[in-house]
Amino acid sequence: MNSFLIVTSLLKIVAILFLVILPMVSYAVYAERRVSAFIQDRLGPNRVGLAGLLQPIADMFKLLLKEDFTPRNVNTFYYWLAPCLAVMPAIITIAVVPFGSTLLGVPMVIADVNVGILFVFAIASLGVYGIVIGGWASNSKYPFLGGVRSSSQMISYELSLGLAVIPIFLLVGNLRLTSVVRYQIENGWFIAPFMGDWLNPWKWLLTIPMVVSFMVFAIAIFAETNRLPFDLPEAEQELAGGYNTEYSSMKFALFFLGEYAAMITGSAVMVTLFFGGWHLPLPSWHHGFHWMLVDGSVPGWPGVIGGLFNIATFFAKVAVLIFIFMWVRWTLPRFRYDQLMRLGWLFFFEIALVNIFLVAAILAYFPK
Amino acid sequence: MAITVPRPSLNWRERMYLPAIIAGLAITIKHFKNMLFGRTKVTMQYPEQKWDSSLPDHYRGAPALVRDAEGRVRCVACQLCEFICPPRAIKIIPGEIPSADRFSKVEKYPQEFDIDMIRCIFCGMCEEVCPEQAIFLRKDYAITGFTRADMVHHKEKLLEIGGVMHGVVLKWNEKK
Repeated sequence: MNSFLIVTSLLKIVAILFLVILPMVSYAVYAERRVSAFIQDRLGPNRVGLAGLLQPIADMFKLLLKEDFTPRNVNTFYYWLAPCLAVMPAIITIAVVPFGSTLLGVPMVIADVNVGILFVFAIASLGVYGIVIGGWASNSKYPFLGGVRSSSQMISYELSLGLAVIPIFLLVGNLRLTSVVRYQIENGWFIAPFMGDWLNPWKWLLTIPMVVSFMVFAIAIFAETNRLPFDLPEAEQELAGGYNTEYSSMKFALFFLGEYAAMITGSAVMVTLFFGGWHLPLPSWHHGFHWMLVDGSVPGWPGVIGGLFNIATFFAKVAVLIFIFMWVRWTLPRFRYDQLMRLGWLFFFEIALVNIFLVAAILAYFPK
Repeated sequence: MAITVPRPSLNWRERMYLPAIIAGLAITIKHFKNMLFGRTKVTMQYPEQKWDSSLPDHYRGAPALVRDAEGRVRCVACQLCEFICPPRAIKIIPGEIPSADRFSKVEKYPQEFDIDMIRCIFCGMCEEVCPEQAIFLRKDYAITGFTRADMVHHKEKLLEIGGVMHGVVLKWNEKK
């Protein structure tokens, strides 16, 4: 442990948390409102600031200044603990996701642990405790039902979530998320292997199970982050808001923040696993056509610009996925609870399982 | 008698959900795009844009007192509007016109004329009942105030909203 590592890590943590994640969360809420409005032929918030861009700040002040009401019959300790538990895992998970190549020689990942994806799953599934504990501590029937639903939903979807990513690690042979990105730089993104020897039909054959894998993973992430069509823990129409019914003010805002932070983290993991992470090749016709790799390894200003370009690429990809989250939310109605369980246990689990064997079979005959 | 609703038997394509989901996504993105490129007609942006210029002549806005062509308040304080007013929003205190005045044969004028705009229901009965054509419903509709007292329109305010109404009834003028 040298001081350089500690200082750069702290800088990265502060920068990623306060300059990227928190603004992204608040503007994701704004974007959600605008996107939903546009889809429904409305305008959405357009009053505060230019095109309503200051709306999240006004909302934040509103939430901070609201009365923080604690109902009398709640279990106070857990009631206070739950919002923290809801927001914490989503933010911690981002630590292992590589959000850029290098900047001035510093790798743009907070903690490049060798159990990367396992860490993501281990921490991300803690998020459900916030919801379950919040629902239980509220001492009220609708939050309780929301919490119970959340836990059963988590169990049914965590399985397919975990199984869906195994094909990737069959290919990469390493759980480190930076290795996943490195592999995709050399061999092309998992859902579109246009790099390397892209004319090899075996690689394109592999994309079929990869796309299936991506679909299962994406749908499981929808369920994991409690987004529509799987937002049964919240289910405003039937559960009066679900697990957060008894919460007000900043505690409610933390649940809200946690949901959007989980969405951002889920998108970030998806980008890393399937869309090549921070990698965006630029076409180059210098000495014949080839893909030019932009990263921060070049010394001097070009390297800095390259590193910043990689970070921008990564978050642009994340933003696109967040838009898809919203697009789906404002299109699909909520699933019924038995449909959700059937989908999780009878379809996605099996699809993900078969998919692993499919990839293994292809890999067995994959000519080296 | 119980009616059994037949459940439609879905074919495999419908049971897969995916075509329907993609069709739905296509519809919503179409709406999103149309809105983004300004092709969707949206509602009027109220405080900036207003209907005022296209309000019809029979629009029933805030009631107001009018003056005649000579600048005299037309109201003779007969109190018919006060009696007819369904929510009892109008309060009139009549006063006597001194005999030396040019319009002394009118006898009464409103010393105070208050309309409580919290109570007013914009029904227009005051306008209908007025024998002097002194009270009219104008096109003002955004009546706001910070207190209840702010919402009471006094005589000055009513005359200000009403303005001058020319050549309708001129019975109190001197005979030519």
